[in-house]
Amino acid sequence: MVTAITSMGRSGLYDWMMQRVSAVIMLAYFIFVTCVLLGGVDYASWKELYSQTWMRIFSLLALLSMGLHAWVGLWAVFTDYLTERLMGTTGNVLRFAAQLASALVMFTYVVWGIQILWGY
Amino acid sequence: MLQVSIYRYNPETDAEPYMQDVQVDTGGKDLMVLDVLELIKSQDTSVTYRRSCREGVCGSDGINMNGKNGLACITPLSETVRNNKLVLRPLPGLPVVRDLVVDMSMFYTQYEKVQPYLQNDSPAPAIERLQSPEDREKLDGLYECILCACCSTSCPSFWWNPDRFIGPAGLLQAYRFLADSRDTATEERLAKLDDPFSVFRCHGIQNCVNVCPKGLNPTRAIGHIRNMLLSRAT
Repeated sequence: MVTAITSMGRSGLYDWMMQRVSAVIMLAYFIFVTCVLLGGVDYASWKELYSQTWMRIFSLLALLSMGLHAWVGLWAVFTDYLTERLMGTTGNVLRFAAQLASALVMFTYVVWGIQILWGY
Repeated sequence: MLQVSIYRYNPETDAEPYMQDVQVDTGGKDLMVLDVLELIKSQDTSVTYRRSCREGVCGSDGINMNGKNGLACITPLSETVRNNKLVLRPLPGLPVVRDLVVDMSMFYTQYEKVQPYLQNDSPAPAIERLQSPEDREKLDGLYECILCACCSTSCPSFWWNPDRFIGPAGLLQAYRFLADSRDTATEERLAKLDDPFSVFRCHGIQNCVNVCPKGLNPTRAIGHIRNMLLSRAT
């Protein structure tokens, strides 16, 4: 058993499941928004769509999914390439910094997204 | 004449590894790569590699031939040589001891972790632990592994995390015992694998399936382990 405290759910199985679930949600959102755009939109209909609560919930769900998905994915990338085994202690410092930076970016996106969804 | 480029490194005399070009007269025959190595060694006895059975059973001569891992003894030149050129390198990702010989310690450490032996604390029957033909069939495609390390050393996840990711060979063996009806340590085995690295570092790119000289499918076994972990936890 290998321990890891920086992975999202601290369990490989949980991370794996969240990666799949979030991917399905993002795919559904992407297909939906693409269909809406292909159907033709103007400012009024777009604003009308995003003023409905279900659309805001769906959008927030997609946004949170993106955050989770990116966290799991980037965590795997960072723990592949920025490691103590490859770079010594520098690897640990770099990896922690990279994880912190990506967490901050995702947090910012989520809060900013909420502001956009409910702010207009 | 076959143009062979072979990886050379003797840590006692060489500052760093280099590629040596050798011309080999194959006599127009479709030899196995191991035969070519033997011909090279007859000219230069310092060329070092592992070999034993020369028929794909012992798993000693796993090397990288023109970029693809495989057993030198059962890989015919016609299968690997392109434009009359053959590049021979040691298995990637493991420390090189000398020339084509790699240090397999990390590979064996991961193999050891999955406790590759039958565990059953109930008193052993007088003759043997019986198994139905159906249960025995579940082990087909799992028990045939010869531990040549071609799969694990072709896996990028194993290159980056050989200390934490079990690797395709080890996981195939892990599933071999998880699937065995006579083994009673299933729960303990699964508990040891349920972390973000041991199993879940596999991203399913199937390099292991692509190179296995015995035609086994570690990716499928890893999928079975994941499903067992999933049904245990939900």
